[in-house]
Amino acid sequence: MERTGAQIVWETIVREGIDTVFGYPGGAILPTYDAMPAYPVRHILVRHEQAAAHMAEGWARVTGKVGVCIATSGPGATNLVTGLANAMMDSIPIVAITGQVATNLLGNDAFQETDVTGVTLPITKYNYLVTDIKDLPEAMAEAFYIARTGRPGPVLVDICKDVQNASIDWVYPETLHRPGLHKAPRPEPNAVVAAADLINAARRPVIIAGHGVSMGHAESELLELVERANIPVVSTLLGLGSMPETHPLAMGMGGMHGEAATNHAIQECDVLIAIGMRFDDRVTGRLDQFAPNAKVIHYEMDPSEVGKNVKPTVAVLGDCRVTLAATLQHIQPNNHAEWLATIQNWQSTTREVDIANAEVDELIPPFVMRQLWHSTKGNVTVVTDVGQHQMWEAQYFTHTKPGQLITSGGLGTMGFGVPAAMGAALGNPGHVVWAIVGDGGFQQTLQELATIVQDKIPVKIGIINNGFLGMVRQWQQFFYEKRYAGTPMLSPDYMKLADAYGIPSLRVTTNDQVADAFRQANEHDGPFLVEFRVKEEVNVYPMVAPGAAIGQMIRRPGPAVVQGPSGVQPSW
Amino acid sequence: MKHTVVAWMEDRPGVLTRVTSLFRRRGFNIESLAVGHSETEGISRMTFVVSGDERMVDQAVKQLEKQVDVTRVEDVTNQPAVVRELALVKVRTDAQTRAEVMQIVDIYRAQIVDVALDSLVIQAIGTEDRVDSLVELLSAFGVVEMVRTGRVAMTRGRAQRGLNGQPTSAAVKANGRKMGI
Ligand SMILES: Cc1ncc(C[n+]2csc(CCOP(=O)(O)OP(=O)(O)O)c2C)c(N)n1
Repeated sequence: MERTGAQIVWETIVREGIDTVFGYPGGAILPTYDAMPAYPVRHILVRHEQAAAHMAEGWARVTGKVGVCIATSGPGATNLVTGLANAMMDSIPIVAITGQVATNLLGNDAFQETDVTGVTLPITKYNYLVTDIKDLPEAMAEAFYIARTGRPGPVLVDICKDVQNASIDWVYPETLHRPGLHKAPRPEPNAVVAAADLINAARRPVIIAGHGVSMGHAESELLELVERANIPVVSTLLGLGSMPETHPLAMGMGGMHGEAATNHAIQECDVLIAIGMRFDDRVTGRLDQFAPNAKVIHYEMDPSEVGKNVKPTVAVLGDCRVTLAATLQHIQPNNHAEWLATIQNWQSTTREVDIANAEVDELIPPFVMRQLWHSTKGNVTVVTDVGQHQMWEAQYFTHTKPGQLITSGGLGTMGFGVPAAMGAALGNPGHVVWAIVGDGGFQQTLQELATIVQDKIPVKIGIINNGFLGMVRQWQQFFYEKRYAGTPMLSPDYMKLADAYGIPSLRVTTNDQVADAFRQANEHDGPFLVEFRVKEEVNVYPMVAPGAAIGQMIRRPGPAVVQGPSGVQPSW
Repeated sequence: MKHTVVAWMEDRPGVLTRVTSLFRRRGFNIESLAVGHSETEGISRMTFVVSGDERMVDQAVKQLEKQVDVTRVEDVTNQPAVVRELALVKVRTDAQTRAEVMQIVDIYRAQIVDVALDSLVIQAIGTEDRVDSLVELLSAFGVVEMVRTGRVAMTRGRAQRGLNGQPTSAAVKANGRKMGI
């Protein structure tokens, strides 16, 4: 079939089963836009390209497909950079299509020419500069294949304008001709048996479940392992939900803002079973004092993650669903009664002091997170931004299944929340999606309110307004003697702002208004904005100071503000 | 410790940038790097020397292996291998010193590839150590210019297979998987 380059872009997108893309046009991508209306694809016109990338990420996370964002050359493409870097860190499959100046202008510093493949080289899994129509069919097909295969990630295809206009006799390239893909991993003989032996012999085992568990759909294998051998489970931020937190063996998040008992369990364990996680410094704290007595088993699909930060005793390479299932064949039942009792004891003495008390008169963010969970019975996708509210969500929302939380983990990208929530809402129609954002992060991408209205995206926005760049303020309080340089932050009148866009809104200033606000927002058919005017200088506890071992936590200063029942989530 | 690593990669635009940017970003200490064609059309072969602890070398190999363009990586440090380097050295000479320089060249089985009134260009091929020691001797006469290729390496024997059960670059030319979803 005779097809133009622009048509090949859309043909490939449609073949991938993608019905929604996020973009912003401009001169160098115009031919591709011109061809778009002929294809069954919905285009969401964003207000800033960064948001297009984040929307593609949110959409990819809920659909399991590859998200697509589109931008023009030069500034359009450079605006995508933050989103690409975010997708790279969190292994989210997206394809970015960017227009490039015509081939005869390449390298001449032409108008809006930027070396986009150069700029994005370290923040994409792979990228292409297409200067010949003959290369486009393969580049497009491969881009999607590479984005979603193995450890997923972002791929960028930069297409010269004349290539978009050129024609070729097109057939979808059915087979892949890239010898560098699917290299056989270095075999680790008997790894599965060696891992099982270590697990069976462990007296104080702990599992750390990462993003890889849900990406590999290995939740039931994980649960089987946990229940058969009675092993407590810690989650990374992106691993939350892969183990239901209602389970008695779930210990929630570990690391910098991990619960005290959880961090103690990691530090005291004798066998650490790391599944689909990469020992990020936010999880390990000071590396040379991390889990000092533990033999480490690392289940991992990306060989380069093995031994990068922590050298495992046994590495089990491959898809963790397959490798866990194989391990299970050798796992004996165990009860670890003594170890679990020790942990319970820690929980009873550590948990309650770090949980803020709802009885205090002021509105505090942890309470908002609990009410969000109550109001939806967990039947919601929460997309957070980055900062204190993100950690409170991780601590106080009870995650029971993957996909309940979408957040920017590795890059910690402020401004991610609202656009990623929009992508998630579009990818999962009929499902309630809440963007929970700080006043700082919200103001980084609030221009997308217009997109919400124009495209009728039924996303709910909860702004946790504490008048500060809260997390940075907390660091200043702890480590810079409360010198709040550059962190007090003014907000507009958010209700007026919402009104200007035609979005209904509420302001909540007391505890007793919270539940009702959530109810109203959830019942409203369409977008809704709630501003929570929370107490200003509230801190996330516990906290491991940067560079400290995770067992050394800054705890909530006594007397405890607190009364939560120990060992369980607070009653509120 | 120094490791000699051989990597095969698709000869595509940007592949060198990709590899060198990776080395820079991850802070790998690369002492030399030599690239050229391999026996397979479209596949380039790179030999590089990385120095560092075990973790750094392991990471260098694995991060390279992860690259889409890279088809195979092999650390040949502890394998029987032919490891060579080529150097061209321009040495200042005059009527008095020329004979002496030629004698050294002879001992090292190097070659004189250019003769001028005031200089000689010497081509030396050998292990790095050997080239080093030749250069050191020649420096007494005055080295005007020098270029060294960096190590290139090839394992001995083993007609067909690569290490770790990986096929050779020729065998994986096309892996023919289905691309669609
Ligand atoms: C784009 C970006 N810039 C800066 C930071 C550094 N940073 C991390 S948390 C934070 C404060 C966030 O404040 P806010 O959005 O109000 O949320 P809060 O912490 O108060 O919940 C900042 C500035 C970042 N993560 N991302």
